[in-house]
Amino acid sequence: MNYISVKNNQTISFNEIPELEYPLFLEQNVFTLLKNETAHCVSYYGIKLENCIKLICCIADDSENDIKISSCIVHVNEPLNSFAHHNLVFEKFEREIFENFGVNYTNHPWLKPVRFPADRFSKNTSIKDYPFFTIESEELHEVGVGPIHAGIIEPGHFRFICNGEQILHLETQFGYQHRGIEQLFLSKKKLLQRSTLAENISGDSVVAHSLAFVNLWESLCNVHPDQSLKFERILALELERMAIHTGDLSAMCTDIGYQLGSAVLGRLRTPLINFFQKWCGNRLAKGLIRVGKTNFPFTQELEVELAKILDDYEKDFEEISDELFSLPSALVRFEKTGVVSTELATKLGNTGMAARMSNIKRDIRYSHPHDWYCEFVHEPILKQNGDVYARARLRKKEINQSIAYIRQLIKTFPVREFELPPISTPSVNSFTISLVEGWRGEICHSAITNSNGELVHYKIKDPSFHNWLSLSIAVRNNEISDFPICNKSFSLSYCGHDL
Amino acid sequence: MLKNLNILRHQGKQFIPDISSAKLANTFRGRPVISSEEVDENELMELCPTNAISANPVCIDLGKCTFCGECAINFPKKIQFTNDYKIATNIRENLIVKAGNDELIQLNVETIRKEIQEYFSGSLKLRQVSAGGDNSCELELNACSNVNFDMGRFGIDFVASPRHADGIVITGPITENMSRPLQICYDAIPDPKIVILAGTDAISGGIFEGSPALNRSFLSKYKVDLYVPGNPIHPLTFINGVLALIQKRK
Repeated sequence: MNYISVKNNQTISFNEIPELEYPLFLEQNVFTLLKNETAHCVSYYGIKLENCIKLICCIADDSENDIKISSCIVHVNEPLNSFAHHNLVFEKFEREIFENFGVNYTNHPWLKPVRFPADRFSKNTSIKDYPFFTIESEELHEVGVGPIHAGIIEPGHFRFICNGEQILHLETQFGYQHRGIEQLFLSKKKLLQRSTLAENISGDSVVAHSLAFVNLWESLCNVHPDQSLKFERILALELERMAIHTGDLSAMCTDIGYQLGSAVLGRLRTPLINFFQKWCGNRLAKGLIRVGKTNFPFTQELEVELAKILDDYEKDFEEISDELFSLPSALVRFEKTGVVSTELATKLGNTGMAARMSNIKRDIRYSHPHDWYCEFVHEPILKQNGDVYARARLRKKEINQSIAYIRQLIKTFPVREFELPPISTPSVNSFTISLVEGWRGEICHSAITNSNGELVHYKIKDPSFHNWLSLSIAVRNNEISDFPICNKSFSLSYCGHDL
Repeated sequence: MLKNLNILRHQGKQFIPDISSAKLANTFRGRPVISSEEVDENELMELCPTNAISANPVCIDLGKCTFCGECAINFPKKIQFTNDYKIATNIRENLIVKAGNDELIQLNVETIRKEIQEYFSGSLKLRQVSAGGDNSCELELNACSNVNFDMGRFGIDFVASPRHADGIVITGPITENMSRPLQICYDAIPDPKIVILAGTDAISGGIFEGSPALNRSFLSKYKVDLYVPGNPIHPLTFINGVLALIQKRK
């Protein structure tokens, strides 16, 4: 075995990452490391060097609480045996490497573009030329949806192949939201610019992505925030989870035409995000999480207010949940709709909610804890059936868990100890990886610095990157009219995917 | 049935009765006020992540500002953000707040196209297009129609088809990959139609300004009827801005 084992948010020297020959690199990551069911790939990407590509593969092992990192140098024209041919988990990672650098995979199951980025290898095609899968048959028809959808949501294209009302196949096409954010992390050099970029990766996961960035940066600069700062950040993360889960439950009610649930849950989200506004001046917590400091300390006054908000919320939330989950007309739409079995979810490498709904115990808070989560063992909530009902119940239960956590955090809020020293420059020639469990699932940021301590590579992976394929598979053999509720129950990100 | 009525009763009154006089928390960062205090202007400009601050005299361009508040925290005597959320306007220059000038940000009535109040004052249907938006402005635009803000009471709604729309609301910095769908959507809207830019990203590119993945040429082709700054926009900023735009004037 030839890899380096690191902990979440640990900074190592970039040169310490072992470099393997490609066949061994494949053997180790695909066959040896992933044989263990508790292991999963958190990031796999390429870096352009002078006339070759350096591939870096990060496999997180939940049972050993570490991340095993190895690398390999390949050349553009060299024919390569694809990881994805042996394990589907790598399907999209390899498509990205192919799209960015023109790496020649000989046996990838579907080597298609991922997002048509501005700096892609081949500019011969653009986003309108995406090669969709088609089936020749007089009995089938295609339905194209998007990129612009009916509601106020982000753009992406869905191409269905249907037999009557039944979905045989769904292919999703993305890239419309591509803003070149990873490159901007390098070209915008001020720390505040980078914090701002992190909170604009996905506006529904402001805290989660910001937290991944600040944890990474503080590790790179070797600064250690005091307990109160760590508490505040986790409090914000759990509050974000509550707010977005509540909004998603409301939207799921909208999609099944349950107006009361939609209105009540929709308005229950309001006091939560208004609390963010009270705390930091922004309803989605932009500006709240900063490297090495906070501009908006959590005060006693806020403590009292939040406790009251939670009490009021809980009462009304339980009442509407009881009603929703005992309503036959809602249950008939939720149950056995959009099913992903445990076996399938494992095969696709699902993360976050999309793993836990299918009884896979995958949660960074439990397996790679950071900040406050180190102080106890987080017990992830699991559901068995992988259907829309499981995803709705999971949200309900996770909201209850977040309420309990926030109450605990308020009760034990530590005294502010010290002002942190000013942030220095990052360590030279270093590599850091940071994992955070956002409401959607596992977020992974990793960074590399050069001999002057300047950032030379920044990689972001949103859980949506793994989980979109899972939605495509989930809707097979469902009626096309059930697509909206399936889509909403996954609630995946377009901009987090397109970056 | 009784249970449903009980649930309804337990919600109390959630809607904001008067959209134009609702008060936000003091911590909300809306229209800034810049004093004439002497400060190191270079240091102040250097602080801003999006070059929204210019010097001599100090100005903040709300079309570029991310409302992070860092300038006000470091120069509290120079810059203060008030909780005034009425910061939408139809003139791009009106978004630039100057030192020592504590005026409200308003629409210039003279330059509003005549057909807007003629056609849209009683009913306005909008098609929203996210062109690289990060889903924060999109969440807030959705919130405009929830039970709290209830924009529908003014006859303003978002619709699914551009054929049914009177105008387009753009969020996001406008990516190269969305430039064509955006154009197709705009072309599908019948005349007369309006263009609204919602959020800092849409108005100036925001933190994404300068990215090679953007293509903002759409904006050089058409007149923008309303700029709604914010990161993300606040529903009250949006609703009050649109109401001021379509309001019937004698």
